[in-house]
Formats: sequence, structure tokens, C-alpha cells
Amino acid sequence: MARVYTREPGDVVERGFLRLLGRDAAAEQDWKAYGTSVLVLSAVFSALLYALLRTQGHLFLNPDHLPDVPWQIALNTTASFVTNTNWQFYGGETTMSYLSQMAGLAVQNFVSAGVGMAVLAAVVRGIARRSSGGLGNFWRDLYRSIAYVLLPLSLVLAVILISQGVVQTFHGRATATTLEGAHQTIARGPVASQVAIRQLGTNGGGFYNANSAVPFENPTGLSNVFEMLALLLIPAAQVFMFGRMVAAPRHAWMVFAAMFAIFAIGVGVAYAAEQRGSQVLRASGVDIARSAGQSGGNMTDKEVRFGIANTALWATATTDASNGAVNGGLDAFTALGGAVPLVNMFLGEVEPGGAGSGLYGMFFVILIAVFVAGLMVGRTPEWLGKKVEAREMKLAALGALFVPMMALVTTAAAVVAPAGLASLANPGAHGFSEALYAYTSQSNNNGSAFAGYGATTFSTTLGTVALSFGRFVPLLSALAIGGSFAAKKTVPFSAGTFRTDGPTFAVLLLGVIALTAGLMILPALALGPIAEGLTR
Amino acid sequence: MARRSATVFSRELALRAARDSLPKLDPRSQARNPVMFIVELGSAITTAIFFLDLARGRHAELWFVGTIALWLWLTVLFASFAEAIAEGRGKAQASALRATRTTTIARLRDGREVPAPELRRGDVVVVEAGEIIPADGEIIEGAGSVDESAITGESAPVIREAGGDRSAVTGGTTLLSDRLVIEVTQEPGRSFLDRMIALVEGAERRKTPNEIALNILLAGLTITFLAAVVTLEPFASYAGTQLSQTVLIALLVALIPTTIGALLPAIGIAGMDRLVQRNVLAMSGHAVEASGDVDVLLLDKTGTITLGNRQAIEFIPAPGVEERELAEVAQLASLADETPEGRSIVVLAKERFNLRERNLGRHEFVPFTAATRMSGVDLNGSMIRKGAADAVKAFIEQNGGRAPAELDAAVQRVAEQGGTPLVVAKDNWALGVVHLKDIVKGGMRERFDELRRMGIRTVMITGDNRVTAAVIAQEAGVDDFLAEATPEAKLALIKEEQAKGRMVAMTGDGTNDAPALAQADVGVAMNTGTAAAKEAGNMVDLDSNPTKLIEIVEVGKQLLITRGALTTFSIANDVAKYFAILPAIFADTYAPRPGTRGPLDALNVMHLGDPKSAILSAVVFNALIIPALIPLALKGVRYRAIGATALLRRNLLVYGLGGVILPFVGIKLIDLIVHNLLGA
Repeated sequence: MARVYTREPGDVVERGFLRLLGRDAAAEQDWKAYGTSVLVLSAVFSALLYALLRTQGHLFLNPDHLPDVPWQIALNTTASFVTNTNWQFYGGETTMSYLSQMAGLAVQNFVSAGVGMAVLAAVVRGIARRSSGGLGNFWRDLYRSIAYVLLPLSLVLAVILISQGVVQTFHGRATATTLEGAHQTIARGPVASQVAIRQLGTNGGGFYNANSAVPFENPTGLSNVFEMLALLLIPAAQVFMFGRMVAAPRHAWMVFAAMFAIFAIGVGVAYAAEQRGSQVLRASGVDIARSAGQSGGNMTDKEVRFGIANTALWATATTDASNGAVNGGLDAFTALGGAVPLVNMFLGEVEPGGAGSGLYGMFFVILIAVFVAGLMVGRTPEWLGKKVEAREMKLAALGALFVPMMALVTTAAAVVAPAGLASLANPGAHGFSEALYAYTSQSNNNGSAFAGYGATTFSTTLGTVALSFGRFVPLLSALAIGGSFAAKKTVPFSAGTFRTDGPTFAVLLLGVIALTAGLMILPALALGPIAEGLTR
Repeated sequence: MARRSATVFSRELALRAARDSLPKLDPRSQARNPVMFIVELGSAITTAIFFLDLARGRHAELWFVGTIALWLWLTVLFASFAEAIAEGRGKAQASALRATRTTTIARLRDGREVPAPELRRGDVVVVEAGEIIPADGEIIEGAGSVDESAITGESAPVIREAGGDRSAVTGGTTLLSDRLVIEVTQEPGRSFLDRMIALVEGAERRKTPNEIALNILLAGLTITFLAAVVTLEPFASYAGTQLSQTVLIALLVALIPTTIGALLPAIGIAGMDRLVQRNVLAMSGHAVEASGDVDVLLLDKTGTITLGNRQAIEFIPAPGVEERELAEVAQLASLADETPEGRSIVVLAKERFNLRERNLGRHEFVPFTAATRMSGVDLNGSMIRKGAADAVKAFIEQNGGRAPAELDAAVQRVAEQGGTPLVVAKDNWALGVVHLKDIVKGGMRERFDELRRMGIRTVMITGDNRVTAAVIAQEAGVDDFLAEATPEAKLALIKEEQAKGRMVAMTGDGTNDAPALAQADVGVAMNTGTAAAKEAGNMVDLDSNPTKLIEIVEVGKQLLITRGALTTFSIANDVAKYFAILPAIFADTYAPRPGTRGPLDALNVMHLGDPKSAILSAVVFNALIIPALIPLALKGVRYRAIGATALLRRNLLVYGLGGVILPFVGIKLIDLIVHNLLGA
């Protein structure tokens, strides 16, 4: 991937694409120009997608004659897909026509992931460069992200998934007669191609409402493994791309180690919690012991073909990687098991996070970590040979702390306003968890859903706000940091410099994550999952 | 001013600081510090609530609100006290300095008399023995001994003379002998003494770049915790629990990084002050910070790495000469020689052969001159000389003798060992060579090793030739050396290192050091140096001790470490505070039946007495930790040259993990007292 972004010159198609955009489109951009291009592109695609969703009933490729999408849902969905979130306030197969799915949502799955990857490439370039103003060119980076990474990988994955039995068809619903003689309509469509990109692009929006729990999206254990790997693939690989581009592979390994530690802890906790089951379940007398015939534990809303382990693993991976696709119902997780994906998202989706956005989110954490660590070894802080000064600190604090704040504020609005309470499916602590989950997911651009949180005009609008700010505030902060680093001189390494390529650094990163976002969610967590879990 | 006392607290100082801390409660001065500003705002609101409750006769929670308000005010007060006590030490020094500021009448060369404060740059004044020098200036005529104790605290007088690098005088010092004609070099109010007063007083104190960056991080955390606390109210009300403003404010103050916020200004002032205690004046806080970052240290060889004077260590006789005989002649040549080198020869002769000093009888001492490059004595008709090899050889040949080839070999050998060869001759007879050696100061190698572990490279600067320089560099254990150094070469070296991104520190005293001092990131001028040097550097060492640089670097690092350690400590404290306050405020939330405890009561792992006492304990701990840490903030966290990663691991353990654990213990103890006191 490092080669993809550093190769000169670009291919023929790239040159044609750039010529199409205008004369100056291929020029080197500073962070402001780069950011403006991102915003322009996102605005244009938002308008297109919104228009498409509102008119799908009158357009072609709509064999099931689905009506136009209502404006609230269309607005939220637009924001959701343009920000690489794929939060869904609707049921996919019952709301979206094939045209909307493919020309609207799937295109965004590519583009929004591509935007995140491009921005990351630009930021990394800024860190690697010295005494320069430019970050590269957005249009080139976007083209290369899609053409060289997302398209080929999703083609391969789609083929693998089809081989496992994932549906791929343009025919409308199938009607079947069940054993009892009742008629049942079975939604079908171009599923495999959708699933491939939404996994790879850490988007997560499913063709079906029940996402990868539906056998047509995720039929076998093998397809499950491939889908999980796919959702982690790009963000994890980007860590190493970063290591190569800044010539600090060992540093990248430590960043990855910190990410992996959070992932491993999450999987461990979720698995243990789900296997143990809730207080109520244990008291109910149901056999939840693990044995040859059953996986035991809390199997509510879980698919038998995946069992506890694969569902817990998926739930952790999908929230660590800003994906949000599910293969089981999170709402029915135990309190502690459900807290894992919630905390994962709240920590800022940096383990490894979304395509591009995960790592640049991690950069904020790294900056805070090196700042404090630099002080503690008696040097003014530096990272990869660049001094960390007031401007970078301002941007890092904004990037790292804005999103958790956004999540808390929107949740507060949702549980106070009567219009917000209407969205809750459950009372008490669990209901609170649902709201907290919904807004944490949207603010962090994850898209994972607890289910049970309903769409109202209030909730979709509030969600749209959370989605947009949650995406663009950190994105622009990261670009500004890249720009400011690009202009800096490099400081050589000395024995007095704190090493960022040892295990101490990985531990430090975990500490910073725990003491910033971690401390911020603790009170809310106490009122939601913790209270629920402690209830006897 | 005597050597500054290093005690952290003195009674007098503390009282004065307590007095000075009250005006600091003015919100306008608190607004500079976002964290403490929030605390003050919280205190004001809680106080208002207290009086409102009092007026409305709502007495149920009155004692609680009142006590919280009181402790919040104490938190602000402790912070102000910390700053005041740090400033207090500077103020005491400033008033001592002010007392020495001269109000004398200056006599101009043309005979007019003007008050000293009205002297302008370019005026020429005449100063007689016993008078106070009225302004900073350059001696343009005369030489004299000057008592500079008013500035440096050093009572031994120093010689100042026109021309050369000892020509600067400082206003406020006293001329002890002779008569000087001085050209004033500073405009009124800009004198060295004025600047010094302003510096130690902290009048010109501005936030340093790193302080600003840290403040931004703290402000960011404060805003986020503010959001966390503000949103907690709706969360709680959803859960059916009403949180009072007092509780929310208490939680907010407990969570925001008050410890570091309160101590941050004090840490910066104390850093400057620690330098003043070492008799170093930093012209800006930025210079102190930069010294923590130094990568390369340029050290002058003479006086810094080696003792100023060379010492005789060996007699190397010419063929056919007894070593004792050489020693005897060398001693004779040196008896009247008062230079340190001459005395060291006498000492060596006594050590080796027990040759005592004798009365020479009729003799004539021949002093060293730059032209002859020899010294010696004419005794009983024979001429005894010692000096530079070529000069003495020429002397021998002049007298019809010839130096043996072995002499050249010996001279060569001494030079290769980094020594200075001194040839001894009697008339036309070469007796041999005295090996004069540069003596590396004791403990230098260890200091350089320590610097290396800090990540600092040392470069020795010397006018010696490469061979000699290499030997001494090797012996002293410096990393590199610059031989046959000229001021231009020095400047070029600094620029070269800086181009590679390194931070360079150096010391200097001469006028021709000024460009290099100005170029270096940390330039320490010796107080004995010229006005130009002092002007160019960003620090002045009043003791004129070039080894001071190492201490300066340590102080810079200490300053940054203290900031980092207390920031970590402050944030780590939040964990315990959560465990104190959250179970307390949500003890009844989601309770199955009214009157019973809710599920979150299980989080009360410290088993704190009751909710109110738990919240109060957290607030009290939060306030008390500030004065408890003032000594640490003023003294600074000790710097250890154990490598960056080991240092970080250590500080993370002490201040990170310690910061998590300590408040659990502290809050529990306070709760035991508070809870029992209330008898609840």
C-alpha cells in the first residue's frame, strides 16, 4: 500500500481522471486545499445520494417496487454512508431498491472508505516529509485507494463469498411455500458484492436488516472467517503502511500491539461474559453448559452456526474496526458482553479503526502520549523526529476528545428530550445502553447497532449531526496536523529521546486511551451496562 | 547577595506567600489558567447555592454545600499559594538587589556631574577608587580591582582592565583600587542589574512554548470532563436520580486536572529560581526549557575540561644527563617563576628528589616574554633557561651548542601524549625536557558518561593542535573535539549541528564568542566576560564556571519532567475519585425497592462511610494534594541519567501507577476522619 501512494507517475486512467477534473486537479495540495477537496467531494456525493434515495420509487432496478425513502431516513442514511459509518435506521431489504443499494450505497462504500484512506495517506506523507507545505493530491490518493486497493480486494472477496453460497442476483424476491404450507417471501439481490465492499471498507451496512446474521449474507463458518478478516484487513495493514512510509517499522509494530491488546481484551471479556450468561439466564434453569452438542452460554439472538466464540469475536472486531456489521443481535448480549462493543467504539475506533480514520484517530492518541512521555524524560516532546508544539497539541486534543464529547452530548439530548425517549425499546439501564450505543456508534462513525433504537425525526436528525461532526472534525484535525508536521524540520534521534518502538510505548498508548476516552465514558457506562450487570 | 538559600519553605516566606495569594483570587488573574478558573467559578456557584439555601431555610444539605464550597475555595487558594511561594523567593532576591541599585552621582569626563540613572549610552564617566560604578560600561582607560559581590555574591575582587575580554564593568559594583574611565553601554533602565531584578522577580514572565502546549492539553481535558459531568445530569435524571449542582461541581473539580493546573505556574517559576540558586540568570523561561533539549554541548577545554594550568609530571633527561641533574636545573629555572607551571616544576622536583627550595644568592630572574618564549635565571655567570623547544634550541645554538637528536624525539613524544614539552638548557647544554601536562579535572569522565546517557554529545573546543587535542579528548572522554578552533570555526560548527536539527549549548566569555553565543540555542555567558558576550547569550553565569552547563541542562530536564510527572499523576488520580464519587451519587439508582441500595453501590470498593462523606473526601483529597506537592513542584522531580526508556518506565510507575493507587488510600483515610467526625 505504501507503494500505491508513493508511486510516480500514476497510470493512464489516473491521468485521464485528473484531466477530467480540470487543469489544477493534479497539483500538490496543502492541508487546506486537501481538506476542501474532501469536503467538496462529500457534499457532492451527499446531494447525489440523497436525491437517489428520495426518487428510487420512480427509477429502474427496483423489481420489488419499493417506495421513495422518507426524508428523515434518507438524510440520516446519506450522512451515514458518506461518513463511512453505515448506521442504518432502516431495514435494507425492505427499504432500498437494488439501484439504491448499488449505485447509491455501494458506491459510497467505496468512496467513503477511499476518502478515509486518502486522508490517512496525506497525513502520513506530512509526517514523513520535512520542511514542505504539501500533503499530496486528494484526487490522486482517492483514485489509487479505490482502484488499487478496494476494487481488487472486493472482487476477490465477492467471488469467495459467492463460492460459500452468498446470494448474488438481480431477480427480485423469491416466494416459497413453507413446510406448514404458509407463503413466505424471501428477499434476494446483489448481496455478495455489497457484503465484500462493506466489510473491506469498514462500512458495515448490510443488504439485509439483520446483516451478516442472515444466511444469505454469511452462510458458513468459512464465509464468516473471510468476512471478519476482511473487515480488519485494510485498517490493520495501514499501520504497517504507515511504518514503511515514515521508515519506522518497529514503531508501527508497537502501535499495532496496543491496538491488538485492546482487541484481545475485548474478545476475552465478550466471550467470557456471553459464555457465562446473565444472572437471569443462569437462574432460569436452562442448560447453558458448554458441551459437544451445543456451545452453551447466552445464545439469544446468536446464530447456532457461529456459536458464542465467533459471535463475540465478530462483535469485538466489528466495533474495533469501525465496521459495524453484525452476525448476531447485540441487544440480547449480556450487559458486560454488550459493553465491550460500546467501549470499543467510545475509545475512538482506533483498534485498528476504520479505513484510514482508525489510524489517523490513533495519531491523536499517540501525540498526547508522546507529549506526556516526552515531558517525563525531560525533553520537549517530539514524534518521529518532529517537535510536538502548541498547535499540534490543540489539534490532537480536538481530534481525540471531540468525538467522545459529541457522543455524550447527543446521548444526553436523546435521553432527556421526550422525542428522544420515544426511540427506546427498553426501560431502565438497558434502554440507556441502547441510546448510548446508538450515539456512540454514530459519533464514532461505526454504524454498529444495538438494535432496539428506533427511527424518529428527532433521532435521525440528531444522528445526522453526530455522524457529520464525528467524521469531519477529526478528519480535518488530522489533515491540519499532517500539514503542520510537513512544514517541520526533523530532529535527530539521541539516547535522551524516548523510544517509541519499545513495549513501554505500547503500554503508554493503552494508558492514554484508558485515561482519556476511558475515563469519559465511565460514568455513562456505570448507568448503563455496569448497573445492568450488577443488578441481581 | 550571598549564595541563595535552598530551603523550600521558610516561615517568613510562607507567611508572605499566604498574603500574596489572596489578590491572586481575582478572576482576571485566574483566567490565565483555565483549570483553576473553572474551579473558582465552581466555588463561586457553590457559595451562591449555600447562601440561597440559607435564605430559603433549606437546612437539610446546608452543612454539605457549605463544606464543599469551603474546600473548593481552599483548592483555588492552595493553587494561588503555590504560585505565590514560588514567586516569593524571587521577590526576596529582587529586593536585595534593588537595595544595591546605585543612586550615586556620576562624574563625566568633562567634569559635569549627573545622577547615575540619567546616564545614556555613549557617555564617558570617570570612577575613582572606593566609588560605586554608576552604570554598565566598557573600560576605555585604566585597570583596577572591582568588588562584584553585589551581583555575584563572590567577595574576592576581580581585575578589570581596558582592552581585551576583561573590560566590562557592571553598574552597582564597587571599584576598590585605581581609576577607570568608562564608556556607558546601556540606556537607563536597561542595565544588567535592572534586567536581573526583573528576571528574578518574574515581572517579565511569559508562558513558555511548552507551558502553552501543556495548557492546551489541560484545557482540552477540562472541557471534555465538563461535557462528561454536564451530560451526567440528564443521564442520571433518566435513571431517576436527581443530582444537585453541588455534587456535579464537586465531581467536575475532582475530575479536571487541578493538581497540575494549580502547580504549573509554580513549576515554571521554580525552574528559573533553581537556576538563580546556582547563580545562573536565564534571560527567558524558553531558554531554560531549551536547555532540557540540548543535544550537543560545546565545552572550552581550558578551565572547563582541564584545570586552567598545566603541571609538570615528568623529567626526561637528554642522553648523558642524570634525571636528578635535570630536575635540579629545572628547579633553579623555576624558583623565581610564579606561574602555576613554574611552581609545578618546583613541586615535582621536591617530590621526586626531595630538592628543597634554596636561597639562590646573587641572581637575576629572566621573565617570560612573548618574543623570547623562555624564562629562567642568570646565576653565577651561567644562563639557565626553560621554554618552548624551538626557542630554547635557538638559544643553545646561539651559545655555540647543539641539541642532541634524542631531545627532538623526547619533544615529539611529549606532544603526542597531549602534553607541552618544555626544554631546559644551561648555556650551550641541553639537559632535557620537562613534560607539562594538561590535567583533566577530576570526575569529568564520569560527567561526560552521564551526559552520554542523557543523550548529549560533548564536543571539546581548543586552540591546541589536533594531536594534543585528540589525546586530551580521549583522556577526558568527550565524544568529539574541535582543534585549532577559531571563533569562526566555532560558529560554523554550531550552524552545522543546528542544520542537522540538533540543539546546541555553549559557554563563552570573549567578545569574539558573541556571534557563537547568539547562534547557540543555549548560550551561557560568563559574568567575567565582555558586555557583548553577556548581551549575546541567553543566560549569564555569575560564578563564571563553565562546568555549570551540565547543571543547567539538568535543571531544564527537571523542569519538563516535573510537568510531565504531575500531569500524569493528576489524571491518574481520577480513577480513584470516580470510585469514590460514582457509587456515592448513584447509590440508590435503580434500587429494587425504595430505601434499599441500587446495583451501583457495589462499586463502593473503598467502603466509604456514606455518599456525602465520600464526595467530600474526594474533594478534600483533591485540595490537600496541592500543598502536599508544592515542595516537589519547587524542588523538581529528580533527573536520573538512566536512559530515556528506563526513566519513562520509572516515572510512569511512580507517578502513573502511584497516581492511581495513592488517592484510594488518601480518600479512604479522609473518609474515616470525615465520616466519624460527622458521626453519621
